[in-house]
Amino acid sequence: MRNLFYFIARHYFFFLFLSLQAVAFALIFQNHFYQRSAFINSANYLTGNVYGTRSDIAQYFNLRSINEELARDNNALLENIPGSYLKTDQHIFFFNDTLHRKQFSYINARVINNSVRNRNNYITLNKGRKHGIKPDMGVITPQGVIGIVKEVSANFSAVISFLHSDMQLSAKIKKNNHLGSILWEGYNHEKATMMYIPPHVQLETGDTIVTSGFSHIFPEGIFLGTISDYEIRRGDNFFTIEVELANDFNNLNFVHVVTNLYQSELIELEAAAKQK
Amino acid sequence: MDLNIFKHTGRFLILISIQVVILNHIYFGGYITPHIYPLFILLLPFDVKGWVLLVAAFFSGLGVDMFSDSMGMHASASLFMAFMRPTIIRLISVKTDFDQGAEPRIENNGLGWILLYTVLLLFIHHMALFVIEVFRFDEIPQILFRALLSTAFSLLIIMIAHLLMAKPAGSRT
Repeated sequence: MRNLFYFIARHYFFFLFLSLQAVAFALIFQNHFYQRSAFINSANYLTGNVYGTRSDIAQYFNLRSINEELARDNNALLENIPGSYLKTDQHIFFFNDTLHRKQFSYINARVINNSVRNRNNYITLNKGRKHGIKPDMGVITPQGVIGIVKEVSANFSAVISFLHSDMQLSAKIKKNNHLGSILWEGYNHEKATMMYIPPHVQLETGDTIVTSGFSHIFPEGIFLGTISDYEIRRGDNFFTIEVELANDFNNLNFVHVVTNLYQSELIELEAAAKQK
Repeated sequence: MDLNIFKHTGRFLILISIQVVILNHIYFGGYITPHIYPLFILLLPFDVKGWVLLVAAFFSGLGVDMFSDSMGMHASASLFMAFMRPTIIRLISVKTDFDQGAEPRIENNGLGWILLYTVLLLFIHHMALFVIEVFRFDEIPQILFRALLSTAFSLLIIMIAHLLMAKPAGSRT
C-alpha cells in the first residue's frame, strides 16, 4: 500500500492530469446528454449579462441591415392584411384568421449569443421565463427556422440551433407535399441535407423546402431553404438532397419565438393513441 | 510568488475576456476561430509547479467553456496542452536550467525558440480541441485541416501579443 502511494506521489503530474481530464470529460458528456447544470451555460446570469452588454454595443454596427430587414418584414406583413386584398364580392374570405381558433402566437426576442462554427451550436436569446418563453418552443425568423428553446432562466433562454447534430426537422417539398427529414451535416452553415424523399418524386433545383407542421413546434409552411443539388447515393433507396438554407445563421438579430397553443393537447392525444 | 500571483490572475482575466468578447465572434472562412487564451499557459514560468500548471490550465479552459456553451471541451484541450508543456520544453531546449521565475518570452529565449514552442503547443491544443468536439474518426482529414488553419491564425495573434510584451534588451528588471 505504501508503495502505491509512493508511486502515485512520484508520478503525481500524470495522475493529476488524468483526474482533471476525467472531470473535463464528465462535463463534456453531461453536456452531450443535455443534463446541463443550470448554472454553467450561457443562459446563466453572469454570462448572459456579459453577452447582453456586448450585443448592445455590437448592435449599433448592424443598425443599417436591421432596418432593412425590418422594412422587408413590414412589407411582407402589409401584403397579408385584408386591405391589400382585392374585394371582388362583399366578402373577404379568410378561413384561418378566426380569432378563437388561433393556433400559434409569437414572442419577439433578440439574439445575444450565437455560433456557427461548432458541430453543435447554441444560441442565447435576451428573453426568458419572465417573458413567457418555455422549453420546447420553436424559434424562427421570417427567412426560416432557427432552432428550438432548450432551457430558460428568468431573463434569458438557451436555444439549440438548427446547426446541431441532434436536430432533425420534419420538412416537405412545397410544390408536391412530399415528406422528409432535414438535418445539418456540419462544416457549412449555409447548407443542410434533406433525406427520405423516395426516388419517384420529381425534383428540380430551386424547389422550396418548408416545415411540415407535424412536429407541434413549428407552424406548417415555414421557409427552410431551396434545393441546390440532389442525388441517389449508391445503395440508397432515397434521394439525398442538398438544401441551401434561407437563413444566414452567421448574422442573426431579431427572432420570433413560436408558441403552439395546442401543443400539450396534441402531445397528450398522441401519447394516448400510442398506449392503446 | 508574492506579486506574481496577481500578475498571472490579471493576465488570466484579460486573455479570457479578449477570447470570449472579441475572438469567439470571429470566423475566418466560416469556422476558423483564433484562440489567444492558451497564451496564459504558454507564459507561466519555467519553474512553475506541476499541479499549478495543470489546475491553471484546467480553469482557463473552463472559463472559456462557460461562455461558449462547450462545457469541458476547452478545459480538456488546454489541460492536454499543459500536460505536454514540460515535455516540449525539454525536447526543444539546449540548456535546461532556467533562471528562477523566468518566463518563456522573446527577450529570454529568442524569437526562433518561442516560435517553435508556440507552434508545437498550439497545434497540440487545437488538435485536441477539434478531436474532442467532433468525436468521430471518419472526419480526421477535416479535423487536421481545421487544426492547421486555426493554429496559423492563433499563432499570428499570439506572436503579436509576444512582440507587444517584449521589452527592449537590457531594461529587464
